Amino acid sequence: MNSILSIKNLEVGFDTPRGLLQAVRGVDVEVPGASSMGIVGESGSGKTVMCRAAMGLLRGSNVRRSGSVVFDGDEIGSLDSADVRQYFGTGMAMIFQDPMTALNPVRRIGSQLAESLVIRLGMNKKDARARAAELLGLVRIPDPEATLRKFPGQLSGGMRQRVVIATAIACKPKLLFADEPTTALDVTVQAQILELLSDLRRDLDMAMMLVTHDLGVVANHTDYVTVLYAGLVVEQAPTRKLFASMKMPYTEALLKSIPRLDQPSGGRMPMIGGRLPDPTNPEPGCPFAPRCPYVQDRCRKEVPPLTVAPDGHAYRCFYPIGGNA
Amino acid sequence: MKARSTNAIEVLKRLVQLLLVVIGATFLLSLLLRLLPVGLKELYVTGLFEEDRQRQIKELGLDRNAFSYYFHWLWDFVRGDFGRIVLPGGGGESVSSHVGRALPKTLQLVFYTQIFALAVAIPLGIFSAYRAGRRTDRFVSYGLFTAASVPNFVLGLLLALIVGVKLEWLPPLGYVPISESFVDHVRGMVLPVLALGIPLIASYTRLLRTDVIATLREDFVTMAVAKGLSDRRILFTHVLRPSSVTLLTSAALNMGALIGGSLVIERVFSIPGLGTEIGLAIFGRQYFALQAYVALVAIGYVVFNSVIDVLVGFVDPRTRERRSA
Repeated sequence: MNSILSIKNLEVGFDTPRGLLQAVRGVDVEVPGASSMGIVGESGSGKTVMCRAAMGLLRGSNVRRSGSVVFDGDEIGSLDSADVRQYFGTGMAMIFQDPMTALNPVRRIGSQLAESLVIRLGMNKKDARARAAELLGLVRIPDPEATLRKFPGQLSGGMRQRVVIATAIACKPKLLFADEPTTALDVTVQAQILELLSDLRRDLDMAMMLVTHDLGVVANHTDYVTVLYAGLVVEQAPTRKLFASMKMPYTEALLKSIPRLDQPSGGRMPMIGGRLPDPTNPEPGCPFAPRCPYVQDRCRKEVPPLTVAPDGHAYRCFYPIGGNA
Repeated sequence: MKARSTNAIEVLKRLVQLLLVVIGATFLLSLLLRLLPVGLKELYVTGLFEEDRQRQIKELGLDRNAFSYYFHWLWDFVRGDFGRIVLPGGGGESVSSHVGRALPKTLQLVFYTQIFALAVAIPLGIFSAYRAGRRTDRFVSYGLFTAASVPNFVLGLLLALIVGVKLEWLPPLGYVPISESFVDHVRGMVLPVLALGIPLIASYTRLLRTDVIATLREDFVTMAVAKGLSDRRILFTHVLRPSSVTLLTSAALNMGALIGGSLVIERVFSIPGLGTEIGLAIFGRQYFALQAYVALVAIGYVVFNSVIDVLVGFVDPRTRERRSA
C-alpha cells in the first residue's frame, strides 16, 4: 500500500547540561494513505517529540535528529526549517494540545485563519475571508461571521480548538498531525472534537496521526496503532488486531489503567507503578523491565528486538502475552 | 451598544484620573517652592520702603497661604498666564512667551529621538532575539552595552567634536527652524538626536529582545510555522505585537526622562529648548518660571503615558481584558 508518511529509524536527542537526552530512539512508522495512525504512550514517552521531529518543527542548536522521513514520496527528514515549510498547510498540518496557547492572542480569528489561505494558496483577501467563514462552518462553529471578528480570548476552549482545526485543514492537507487534541478540553467537548476530526478526515480524504495517551480514543478513531515507550516502538499493529490480542505487557498495563464505570467504585485507581527510565542515562535491558509484571532475567540484560509477526503485528518483548505468534 | 457605553465611561474615568494626577503633581511643586531654604520674600522682595515691599509681596502672591496661593496659580496657569520672569526692578518678560519659543524645539528633539530609537531598536531587538545566543546576537548585545555605558553628554560632545568639528559633515551646534530651511533643520538635529537616542536604543533593544525570546517559545509561533509561513512574516506579524507592551510602556516612561535629559544635550548643541530654559531658570533663581516649566513637563509626562496606555490596549487586547477583569 502507498504510504503518505514513512518514518524510518528516526532518532531525536537533545543536548542538555546532563548529557544527551535521547527522546526518540530509532522509530519506524508507516502511515498508509488516508488512514489514521494512533500514537500511544504515557507522558514523556516521546510521542510529541517524534511528531514534531517528523514534521521538522524541532528547532534549536541543541536538537540532534537523524533518520529518514518520507512524506508523499519526498524525503523531508534532511530539509532545513525554511525548506520543509513548503509542505506545511497544503501537505502536512498540525493540531496542538492546548488551544489556549495555539492561537495568537493579539490577532483576530479571521486574520489568523485567512492568513494561510492568502499566503499558501494565493487567494485574495476577500475570497480568503469568505472561505474562512466556510471553514468555521465546517468545524461546526455557530455564527462564523461574528467569530471571525473575535479575539481568541473571547472564545471557549472547545471553540478555540475548532478554530485550530479549521486553520489546520484550511489548505486541505494530506496528513494531519493531531497532538493530544483533546487533553486540555472538558470530557463532553472531547468526544465532539474527536468525532469532528473523524468526520473531517473522511470528508477530506485525509490521513491522520493521532497522538494520545488514551487507548479508548485509539480504539474508536484509528486504523493503526503504534505504542511508544521511552522513545522506542514497543507494539505496532492494525487497531482491531491490537485490541484482539495484545502482545506487549506495557500495552496491557495501559489498557488496564483506564478507569472503568462497570467496576465497583471505592477501590484504588489502577495504575502502572514506577516511572519512565531516565532518558539521559538509559540502563541496559528492556526499558519497561523495572515496571513489568512478567519480567524475567533476560529482560534486564538485553533490549528485545522488534519482532514482526507474519500478520504484521509487531512487538518488542521476549515473552509476549499469549506467546510468540 | 453596551460595549460602547462602558468604553465612554472608561475614557471619562481615565480623564478624571489624569486631571487628579496633574493637580497633585503641580500642588506638590507649589508646596516645594515654599519649602526652599532661601525664602521667596528674601529673594524677590527688593523694595526699600515698606509700602513697596507690601505691594511686591501682594503682586507675587506671597501673602496667601499655600492653598490659596496654589489655586490662584492654577487658575492663572489654566488660562495660559504662567507668570513673569522676575527682575530686580519689577517687570520682565512673560514666562509663556519663553515657553512658546522653547517648547516646540524640545518636543521636536524628543519626538525625533523616540522615532529614531524605536526605528532602530525594533528590527535590532527582533533580529537579536531570533538569533539569540548566536554570534550576531552577542555582537549586538555587547555593542549596545558599550554604547549605553557612555553618558549621553559625553556621546554628544564626542559627536560634535568628531562629526561636527573634525569632519565638518554636520553643524556641531545650533538650531534652525523647519520654516527657515528643512534641510538645515534636519542637519542640525542629527547629532543631538544621536546623542540622546543611542543610549535609548540600547535599553529598548534589550527589552524587546527579552520579550521576543519569550514569545518565540509560545505554541502559536510553532503553529504559525506549521501553517507554512516564513520566519520574517512570523516575526513581524505574529511575534512583534504581543512582545511590544514592555517596549511601549518604557518608551512612555522615557518621555519624562528625555525632556529632563535634553537639558544637557540642548546645552551641548546650543538648542534653545525647554531644557535650556529650565537650566536658566534654576541658575537665575526664577522659581516661578521653573514652576511653570516643571508643571508642563509633568502634564506632558502624564498625557504621553495615558496615550501609550490606550495604545497598548489596541496592540495587545489581553491587557484590556485584564484591566476590566
